Amino acid sequence: METSFALTGKGYVIVAADTTAARSIVKMKVDQDKIKDLSPHLLMAYSGEPGDTVQFAEFVERNIRLYQIRNLYPLRPAAAASWIRRSLAESLRSRKPYSVNLLLGGYDTSLHTPNLYWVDYLGTVVEVPFAAHGYGSYFALSLLDRYHDPEASLEEGLATLKRCIDEVSKRLVIDPGKYKVKVVDKDGIREVEI
Amino acid sequence: MARRYDSRTTIFSPEGRLYQIEYAMEAISHAGTVLGVLAKDGVVLAAEKRVTGKLLDLSSAKEGGGYGGSGEKMFLLNSNVIAGVAGITSDANSLVNFARTVAQQHLMQYNDDIPVELLAQRLCDMKQGYTQFGGLRPFGVSLLYAGYDPHYHFQLYHSDPSGNYSGWKATCIGANNGTAQSLLKQEYKDDIGVEEAIGLVLRVMSKTMDSTTLGSEKLEFAVLTYDEVAKAPKAKIYKPAEIDALLRAQGLAKKDEDTEMKS
Repeated sequence: METSFALTGKGYVIVAADTTAARSIVKMKVDQDKIKDLSPHLLMAYSGEPGDTVQFAEFVERNIRLYQIRNLYPLRPAAAASWIRRSLAESLRSRKPYSVNLLLGGYDTSLHTPNLYWVDYLGTVVEVPFAAHGYGSYFALSLLDRYHDPEASLEEGLATLKRCIDEVSKRLVIDPGKYKVKVVDKDGIREVEI
Repeated sequence: MARRYDSRTTIFSPEGRLYQIEYAMEAISHAGTVLGVLAKDGVVLAAEKRVTGKLLDLSSAKEGGGYGGSGEKMFLLNSNVIAGVAGITSDANSLVNFARTVAQQHLMQYNDDIPVELLAQRLCDMKQGYTQFGGLRPFGVSLLYAGYDPHYHFQLYHSDPSGNYSGWKATCIGANNGTAQSLLKQEYKDDIGVEEAIGLVLRVMSKTMDSTTLGSEKLEFAVLTYDEVAKAPKAKIYKPAEIDALLRAQGLAKKDEDTEMKS
């Protein structure tokens, strides 16, 4: 089952997702990137119904990029979250709803704050200091309740993330294996090794 | 070939000009002046009313119902944008309504106030459409947009019937705009504060307005600032009583009490 985590810190958001693409009992791919770069300061990890996930994620990615190209500047994370929520909510009330869960992490370059949004397949959006999707969330959230610090440095944040990853590896019956970890801050998006 | 509409209203002249647009701008040059000045902590707009008279019922404007202003020159487009209009009033009302709808649609999609330039662009795209298709005449309105957004903070834009717009530090539209513009050029400073800008606007208005003295019957006034406590833009279209108080504070109020009509 797909696992993703995200947490905010002092001037950054870390988003992590497992890299396994599985169908039934077979691991089709072990280095799948499930985190899309929507704009220079916006990341989105997706999980859910296979096919729907990439379709919706690409739809979001293209529209956010279109806004940025057409208009003067990229959408702020809060505005992007609202747009995404509305798209999901509208799809839910149509003949063919998308079944996708998202973690939207971004850095607001005008207000200089990190923002993280938890989005589920029903179009629920909440702004949170940390979040998780998938079976891994049952282990990660209590760890994050205990160890998360919104003013933590990047090293401390990555250490907290590592705790969550290790716990899931230890206790979840299907070990997700490797994770892709991306960080977004005032300088943009970069990948880190955990 | 039979045509439903006379599609000759907006076509090029042999010299490459669009006469209808020029005529629209001519109409605007006879309308009440609207003046705008951009300060580092706010934007100030002032306008001269043309529809005045003792028999005018302005009770809603006086009590402060609605969104401020008498509904002739100043309009609240969104919580972060005020517009001052010059030209054909009915055309202006139509454009203001369109702008308000656009701003709310953006708010619904993005849960965020529309960026000021984007609102100006949307209006301009619509105005441009009327210069190219449909066989309809252009809108005889020029607008000044005073607004705030988190990206570019305070901004002042001007759009005209051609559908063109530009950003300004200080500008003027309507009657006597040339005079006002040169006055502004002389007196404007880049780091002007909003209080100073209010003074500058009122002084320039008193020099360019047709009437001899300023008063709330002939003047509409609006200021856009940022409320640090509420962390939101604050749009204020002044009530007539507030305009009179402001003029007194600036020393520009009517001095001759005897000439006032006692009703």
